[in-house]
Amino acid sequence: MTKPEIKSESVWIQAATPKKIRNLKETIIEVILFLAAFSSVATTIGIMEVLIVESVHFFEKVPLIQFLTDTVWSPLFANPRYGIIPLLSGTLTTSSVAMFVAIPLGTIAAIYLSEFAPPRLREVVKPCLELLAAIPTVVYGYFAFLNVTPFLQTFLPDLPSFNMLSAGLVMGLMIIPLISSISEDAMRAVPLTLREGSYATGATRLQTALNVVLPAAISGISAAYILGVSRAVGETMIVAIAAGLQPNLTFNPFSEAATITAYIVQVSLGDLPHGSIEYQSIFAAGIMLVILTLIFNIIGYFLAKKYREVY
Amino acid sequence: MQQEQLSNLRANIERRKLISAVFSGLGLLIIFVSTLILFILIAQMMMAGLPRITPQFFTSFPSRHPEEAGILSAWVGTLLVMLVTALIAIPLGIAAGIYLEEYSKKNWLSAIIEINVTNLAGVPSIIYGLLALGLFVYQFNLGQSIIAAGLTLALLILPVVIVTTREAIRAIPNSLREAAYAVGASRWQVVADHILPYSFGSILTGVIIGLSRAIGETAPVITIGALTFIAFLPDAPLQANFPFINFNWLKAPFTVMPIQMFNWVSRPEPEFEVNAAAAGTVLIVMTLGMNAVAIYVRYRFRKGIKW
Amino acid sequence: MVNPIFPSMMSNIKEFQPKAEVRNLDFYYAGSNKPALRSINLTIPERQVTSLIGPSGCGKTTLLRCFNRMHDLYAANRYEGGIYIDTVNILAHKVDPIEVRMRIGMVFQKPNPFPKSVYENVAYGLRVRGEKKREFIDYKVEEALRGAALWDEVKDRLNTSAYDLSGGQQQRLCIARALVTDPEIILFDEPTSALDPIATNSIEELIGKLEEKVTILIVTHSMQQAARISDYTAFMYLGELMEFGQTKIMFQEPTHEKTKEYISGRFG
Repeated sequence: MTKPEIKSESVWIQAATPKKIRNLKETIIEVILFLAAFSSVATTIGIMEVLIVESVHFFEKVPLIQFLTDTVWSPLFANPRYGIIPLLSGTLTTSSVAMFVAIPLGTIAAIYLSEFAPPRLREVVKPCLELLAAIPTVVYGYFAFLNVTPFLQTFLPDLPSFNMLSAGLVMGLMIIPLISSISEDAMRAVPLTLREGSYATGATRLQTALNVVLPAAISGISAAYILGVSRAVGETMIVAIAAGLQPNLTFNPFSEAATITAYIVQVSLGDLPHGSIEYQSIFAAGIMLVILTLIFNIIGYFLAKKYREVY
Repeated sequence: MQQEQLSNLRANIERRKLISAVFSGLGLLIIFVSTLILFILIAQMMMAGLPRITPQFFTSFPSRHPEEAGILSAWVGTLLVMLVTALIAIPLGIAAGIYLEEYSKKNWLSAIIEINVTNLAGVPSIIYGLLALGLFVYQFNLGQSIIAAGLTLALLILPVVIVTTREAIRAIPNSLREAAYAVGASRWQVVADHILPYSFGSILTGVIIGLSRAIGETAPVITIGALTFIAFLPDAPLQANFPFINFNWLKAPFTVMPIQMFNWVSRPEPEFEVNAAAAGTVLIVMTLGMNAVAIYVRYRFRKGIKW
Repeated sequence: MVNPIFPSMMSNIKEFQPKAEVRNLDFYYAGSNKPALRSINLTIPERQVTSLIGPSGCGKTTLLRCFNRMHDLYAANRYEGGIYIDTVNILAHKVDPIEVRMRIGMVFQKPNPFPKSVYENVAYGLRVRGEKKREFIDYKVEEALRGAALWDEVKDRLNTSAYDLSGGQQQRLCIARALVTDPEIILFDEPTSALDPIATNSIEELIGKLEEKVTILIVTHSMQQAARISDYTAFMYLGELMEFGQTKIMFQEPTHEKTKEYISGRFG
């Protein structure tokens, strides 16, 4: 067998495709992938554009002051009034009921899963909680309206068939896994040596969990709470089905009321001529929703910063 | 230690341990009771809907008479919308995830993209509906159609797909990447030949879970203007004459399962409650079924890969 | 006081009052059939500093963590044999690990103060057992901080975060945290390996003062440190106790072959 002849100029191994074409192909691929990633920015821009443009049209017809201070929301009446406060009270009341359920139960569940549950039990029990988050919200709405309300009416006979209590309770149930799973992750991230330091002074598991792990994980836990609140504020179907579509300025959960989201659904169910004030009103409602969520996020960010411990 | 001190100490310890144990029981109880409540509610609904779940239910259109009303237009609508959603969200989300994990550099642009993805995951679904209404239905002139709905739901579940893809890719050890680069593979070759195949199972799981979420989404689809009473099906995609495929169905009016259920729940006649329960049962079977498939997929793929 | 295993080393050990006796201790980590500790027999002298030395993996930290039942925190660890303090086997099932930990304190390798103020860190050991009287807690906190040679440096900032202290100060804070409950034994797990030389020096001086009141058992990676601060040394190798005796004598004339090799740096 003869040795292959080696050319005098050094020649590196030739690839099948010349370098220039390979580079071009790589660049094109990178650009495509970048555009895909950029679609998220485009989505946000799209959302902002749509909300702002239509809201501006709305506020040309309805003064901002009236929007923010009027206490009646009746856009579909002969003499329409556009005060957002009743919708706000509906949203805040239902969300408060939901958080009253989800925060304590979710936090206790998280502490249990993170600090107490043996690993095998955790594997069985965690998916059960995740199940609560997988149910479509329209089904939860059904539960709230057709199961929970009649059940509550057995000992609260004056409870109206549309009420904020049922909606809030069922929303709370749905949000428990959200709070519990994020809080649990935050607690598990606390270093072992901090826990051992507590146990070494003779503390019980509960004392260690409450006095050392919880404070150390507070920023993650408050992020969980904020996410829960945002979820509650943005929820649509459960409140539309169970709390009704009738705007009502009240903070009493035993009454019927409409939330910001329920209003949007109510209007969308009917005819919505493009450019009409009803059409624009849902975008104004939408922008209110976004601002509300933003306020909660900012509050949460600052609370977390204040209490965060760096270790 | 003196005897009295010692017994005080022991009593104190016993008390604290008791409180700790009670709390532990409470935690387990909360989880158990929440799950139990859910099961009871689901069981109630299934039993209420059982009389209506017949083959006719799946092959009939909605009607003013509850006994004759069925979910034909609804489940066909769901199927078609899901098709569009999947075709858009899967490539877009996976591509975005690949870019963010394998290609992006640490500059302000990438930071903005990442903030956006996180942000969008928290935006209420009805806002996506408003986006779709203003942009897709009117500005892009897609009309109140299946393609608008598919596009909207795709954007809705996009953050889920992106995050899942990123985590799946991150789980691949760097040593594998370096081995591929070391033999001279280009970045895309590493991704296509190594990263994607290894993370395929996890990505698939996340995609299925995302789609199961999309199936249950009602609010954005209502906002677009899906009709709640549809007594016809969109044109079939396949046809007898050239070019054998038509896309009319994309722009057709439509309805989906959750909207049908919503419509029946909102009716005052109690007989429609049975329909709502039946639709809800079908919806739950679809959603939980997909979740189960996702878990199974994850399990099978975990078994296959040994780093 | 008898050392049953090494009668030939009697000359190495001067008379001391035993605080704790380890008898035939075997220890198995969860799911393992190979013992991490093998037939340990050791007497810990009261109010002296005893150091545990040996190469990596010899089991010295494992042995240390038996003394305050730290291993119980992780399921399926197994002890065989006993550690006797005041004639009670603290490893027995019927003995509550929480009680053990209230009477035996521990200082960890990397300072691990809680995300709380300086005051609350030290007070934690008292609060955990339900102590509520403000003056009593104030008194004990000051006493513990003085005992840890930290009082002067923190007395004006008791309510600031513990994380604002330097590494050496944080470690002394952890020592104060262990002192506040008047423990009988304090376990030190390589307490200065994460600290700079100046901080190390202050901790070593502190340990020298502490031994007047408390029995001290210290794991150390540094033979020089063992030589500097301990009265007695136990040398361990691959889970077994090779030699035990007065530090001075053991370092100058070790009896066991392996001890000689380790001390002269033949392996580490």
